[in-house]
Amino acid sequence: MSAISMRTKRIVKNRAFLALCLFSTSATILILALLIVTIMVQGSNFLFSSEALSAVFGHGELSQIPKIIRWDFLTNLASRFPEKAGIYAAVIGSLWVCLICALLALPLGIGTAIYLEEFAPKNRWTALIDFNIRNLAGVPSIVYGILGLTAFTRMFGLFGSDKNSALSFGPDNAWWHIQLPFGQGLLAGGLTLMLVVLPIVIISSREALRAVPSSLRQASLAIGATPWQTASKITLPAAIPSILTGAILAMSRAMGEAAPLLVLGIPVFIANTPDNLNDNFTVLPFQIFNWAGRPQESFHQLAASAIVVLLVVLICFNGVAVYLRQKLRKPMA
Amino acid sequence: MTELSSMFHPKSNSVVPKETNTMPESRPTLAQPATSALPTSTPVSEHVTLRVKDFNAWYGAYQALHNITLNIPSQRVTSLIGPSGCGKSTFLRWINRMNDLVPNARADGVMQLDKDDLLDRNFDVVELRRRVGMVFQKPNPFPKSIYENIAFGPRLHKRFHRSDLDALVEQSLRAAAIWDEVKDRLHNSALGLSGGQQQRLCIARAIAVGPEVLLMDEPCSALDPRSTASVEALIRELRQTFTIVVVTHNMQQAARVSDLTAFFFEGKLIEAGATDGMFTNPKNKQTEDYVTGRFG
Repeated sequence: MSAISMRTKRIVKNRAFLALCLFSTSATILILALLIVTIMVQGSNFLFSSEALSAVFGHGELSQIPKIIRWDFLTNLASRFPEKAGIYAAVIGSLWVCLICALLALPLGIGTAIYLEEFAPKNRWTALIDFNIRNLAGVPSIVYGILGLTAFTRMFGLFGSDKNSALSFGPDNAWWHIQLPFGQGLLAGGLTLMLVVLPIVIISSREALRAVPSSLRQASLAIGATPWQTASKITLPAAIPSILTGAILAMSRAMGEAAPLLVLGIPVFIANTPDNLNDNFTVLPFQIFNWAGRPQESFHQLAASAIVVLLVVLICFNGVAVYLRQKLRKPMA
Repeated sequence: MTELSSMFHPKSNSVVPKETNTMPESRPTLAQPATSALPTSTPVSEHVTLRVKDFNAWYGAYQALHNITLNIPSQRVTSLIGPSGCGKSTFLRWINRMNDLVPNARADGVMQLDKDDLLDRNFDVVELRRRVGMVFQKPNPFPKSIYENIAFGPRLHKRFHRSDLDALVEQSLRAAAIWDEVKDRLHNSALGLSGGQQQRLCIARAIAVGPEVLLMDEPCSALDPRSTASVEALIRELRQTFTIVVVTHNMQQAARVSDLTAFFFEGKLIEAGATDGMFTNPKNKQTEDYVTGRFG
């Protein structure tokens, strides 16, 4: 084969591969764009004011920018009538559950990661633990729902049923009123989501710690720092931006989960925001799931609107994660 | 420098007199009285900081060091030379027990710092590493400010008043001959310094906790010639205050900075003695082949 044709062949191959890559990328973006546009169109009735819609479709004027969005969709509680329905209870429920989940999962997960990465001896036991954590990260979230149902909602039946509980702490009207078992309350939901995200937090934190060059640890140990001083003053500060990024992504996962809460049996219709840690709640994905399951078209539109809100929240979460990764991350060595 | 010395070593009047300033700067190593670095069979005439006798070290089943016997005198620069894999870095990393970090690294024999057996299982390695500082091959400043890099070590061991800490940071940076270059940017990131400056900062960081011994593991191998010269000058300067052990691949460097040289080959100590004698009149054939560049 002559040199010329070899060269042509290489150039053609190069172009073909480039075209393939471009096609894959644009297909992905197109599908995503299509999804967002469809959902926006479907949900537009509840997301945007009639004034804004008529302005867009050509028979009206928009008086004020803030009036583009139909705020009452965000501030209304649930209702049988689609026109009056809103996602306020679901948003508040989501925030509560995520807060509880974060307060429990982050210290536990980051602590576990520090132990496994910085202190644990590398032996068969820690290898087994490592293997199991990696497997747990791949377990479908609905399975954690079953665990949550047994361990938190019913507490193995040790304390009676949630309607007739054996133990309770705090006055009935305090926000920190807790009774055992947790029933379908906020605590049960937060703990179950903690189970879902814990392996993710552990794995991402471990990877963040592992990325800290060992030369820094050695430098610290070599001037007489204890392993704990090294971990807390050198390794952890250097890893914190990546750990936070992982933590935020884990929280956005928690915010998007409906399946484990479905298994807990949280109520379909919630007329109020939760009053205390044991109170019933709903979350955005679960509200979407309910609305999408109704036969009426207007509820489907409500579901689409709620999806847009959820997407916006999740994009904000990921945006913060990207920002932290860019701004806080210093070169390490 | 003497101020720093007395701060770190209250008993330093017992140490041998310094003779370094009387000699011409161009060939400082030739003039050192250095007979004491010979294996322990020779009578020890000056203060010995580190005594090593019949020392063996293993990584798992692999024996990295065989029956090392060596005395390292105080306030001298001792260089460890030898081809790659000869065990000189292993030896160095046992002196402050950094090898504890390596799984299945173990050692037996005698290794004494003053009177303390530092291979003792119950020996406090945290205290040991305060007394025996280490400078690594690649400069590894913390991703913190220059000031924080120096203050980190002293703060681990003791509470300081702000002014005392400021003074200690300045003294350490002066001792490491980097103060003039960084005094106006103490609170800037240490990562903005050049490689040679970073290495001198690391030396200042090691000095700041007041060690008796400084271990340097090929401290110049990641530096350009100019930075190498500044670090070598610093090593010669620091000899007045500290006992220094340098691992180096560069025989010219060993000749330039050290008073005593120990030649390691295949895990054994082949020859140790005054640097001058080692390079001009080696007793051992292998040493001669190595220092004349026939292998390694």
